[in-house]
Formats: sequence, structure tokens, C-alpha cells
Amino acid sequence: MSDSVLDVARSPLALLAVTLAGYQAGRWIQQRTGGHALAQPVLVAIIVTGAAISVLDVDYPDYRSATELIAFWLGPATVALAVPLHRQADRLKGFVVPLLVAVVVGAAVSITSAVLLARALGAGETLERTLSTKAATTPVAIALTEHLGGIAPLAAVFAIIIGIFSAITAPAVLTLLRIRDRRARGLAVGAVSHGIGASRMLREDETEGAFAGLSMGLSALAISLLVPLLALVLW
Amino acid sequence: MIAGLTWLVGFQLVGELIVQVADLPVPGPVVGMLLLFVLLRVRRYDDEGSIVRAGTALLRHLQLFFIPAGVGVVAYLGVLGRDALPIGVALIGSWLLGLVAVGWTAVGLERLSGRPRDDLPAGGTT
Repeated sequence: MSDSVLDVARSPLALLAVTLAGYQAGRWIQQRTGGHALAQPVLVAIIVTGAAISVLDVDYPDYRSATELIAFWLGPATVALAVPLHRQADRLKGFVVPLLVAVVVGAAVSITSAVLLARALGAGETLERTLSTKAATTPVAIALTEHLGGIAPLAAVFAIIIGIFSAITAPAVLTLLRIRDRRARGLAVGAVSHGIGASRMLREDETEGAFAGLSMGLSALAISLLVPLLALVLW
Repeated sequence: MIAGLTWLVGFQLVGELIVQVADLPVPGPVVGMLLLFVLLRVRRYDDEGSIVRAGTALLRHLQLFFIPAGVGVVAYLGVLGRDALPIGVALIGSWLLGLVAVGWTAVGLERLSGRPRDDLPAGGTT
């Protein structure tokens, strides 16, 4: 009897339900706290779901394939980032050159600094390589890390951790840095924390969200091109 | 809604095709996003259209779609605990340096061209 209950609890349907429920719990907390920065639904959902699969003793690869249905929508949602950008396209005027230069500079800085900081603190070379791609959106981070000889699924975890950290802290940090142009704010967040950062900016302001989405895309390109070049110098 | 989702999936598919054929180092959805942006501009697509409605609906729940990959953190708690210091410092340090580099480069270049903007309410923190 208890075995068959456990089987249901470990079924793909139950794992999907836990993931959705964790996300709903996160949204509920976000609403109850008046949109407090710490209450990012993705963070709450990862804690709830992570705890659930640990208790149920479900292996992560099994969980991952059970929730493919949810992960699938990341692709179309990324395509959809064209929508806020289209609605904000007038704001591109006079900003194209600063935008492109800033994205390239940012990609070089974030790759190099991640590797050098990790090295200074005694991380092994595999970990250095895995950390180098963390600013890119998860599919790019995974593909690049595989190519570099790092640990690809861990690269995705790093990208998501820094995305959540950024979603919580970036707006306040940008204000401290006196970056007050909404275009530049979105650009900076998209460049260092991809879609998760962009999702926070979309909640704050459409211009910030639109530029974060564009920046995420351009940064994915810049990081993909720069990582193999910088790898020649860094290792 | 379904019409809009079909368009989004279609653009992702075209993006994937271009990436495969041209051997580009970016994911298909990113190419799909840039193509869709061009189409929306050229067609002067309005806010009532199906693509805008479906896209806006998906983006409202963008964080949901990261959960399956994010739960991977439980599989790496050991590594994260063992190398917590280098990982933490490298992640946060490089995040901050990147944020500063992008933000200040963009704002600095805007100032050079004489068109700085200040969108935030005075003294406010959004």
C-alpha cells in the first residue's frame, strides 16, 4: 500500500504538480509581501521542490525529464522577449552604439573576473572553466562549458544562482551606482544575469525589461564568441 | 492565445534551423527573438495582436520555466559546500564587476554623445 502511494508521489505528474505548487507558493509570498525583492517565485519554488525530491529520494535526472514540459517553454518565452523590445523600440534611438560597446565590455569583464577570482581563491581548473560562462543564459552556459571541459549541469546551476541573486539585489545596486537611465539599467542586468534578471526588470518597468531581454540575447552572442578567445589567454 | 504560441514556437524553430545551418554559437531561441523583433518592426505589429498577447502571457511567468534547471542545485550541494568560498566570491564578484562595467560604459558613452537620461524619480529607489 505505502509503496504504491510512494510510486504516485514519485510519478512525473506529482513532480510537475510539486513544481507548479512551489511556483504558486512563491507568487503568493510575493503578493503578500507587496513584491519584496527577496520573494522571487523561482527561489521559493527551487527550495520547495528541491526539498520535496530529496525527501522522496527522486534522482535529479528523473525529476528533470519529468518536468521537461515546463522547461520547454523557456525557448518560446525567450523568443517572446522581442515583444517588450518592439514596444520600446523608440528608446533604441541614440543608444545603439553605447549598448553594443557596453555588452562586449561587460562580457569580457565577467568572464575574466570570474576565472581570476576563482583562481585567486584556489578553485581547481575545472571549476574555473565552469564558472567562466555563468553570466550567459542557461543553454549557452551549458553548451560553452561542455566545450571548455567544465561541468555543464553545474554551469546551469551557477547561471541560475547568480540570476536569482541579481533579481533580488540588482535594482538597488544600480541605484547605488547612480545608473538612472532605465535603458542602461536593463542592459546591465540582462548582461550579467540573463532571463531571471530580465524577469525582475520586466516586473519593475517595461523599458528596463525590454533592454534586459535584448542585452541577454546580445550577451549570449558576445560571451559565446569571447569565451574561446579568452580561453587561449586564461589557461 | 494558441495562434500566438504557434508563432513563437515557429520563430524558435526558424532560429534553431539557422543556428544549425550557419553553425552559430548562440541558442536558437535567441536568434528567434531577434528575427521576431525584426518582423514586429516591419509589420508595425500592434498591441492587440496574438503574438503580443501570447508573448506577454509567457513573459509574466518567465521564472517558472527556470525551475527545472534550478532544482539541479540539489545534485551539486556537495560541490557547492566544499568550494563555497571561491564559488561565492567568483559568482558575486564577477557579477558586480560586470554590472558596473556594462552600466558605466553605457551611461558614459551616452554622456559623451551629450544625451544622458535620468528616468528615476528624484531620490527614489524604484
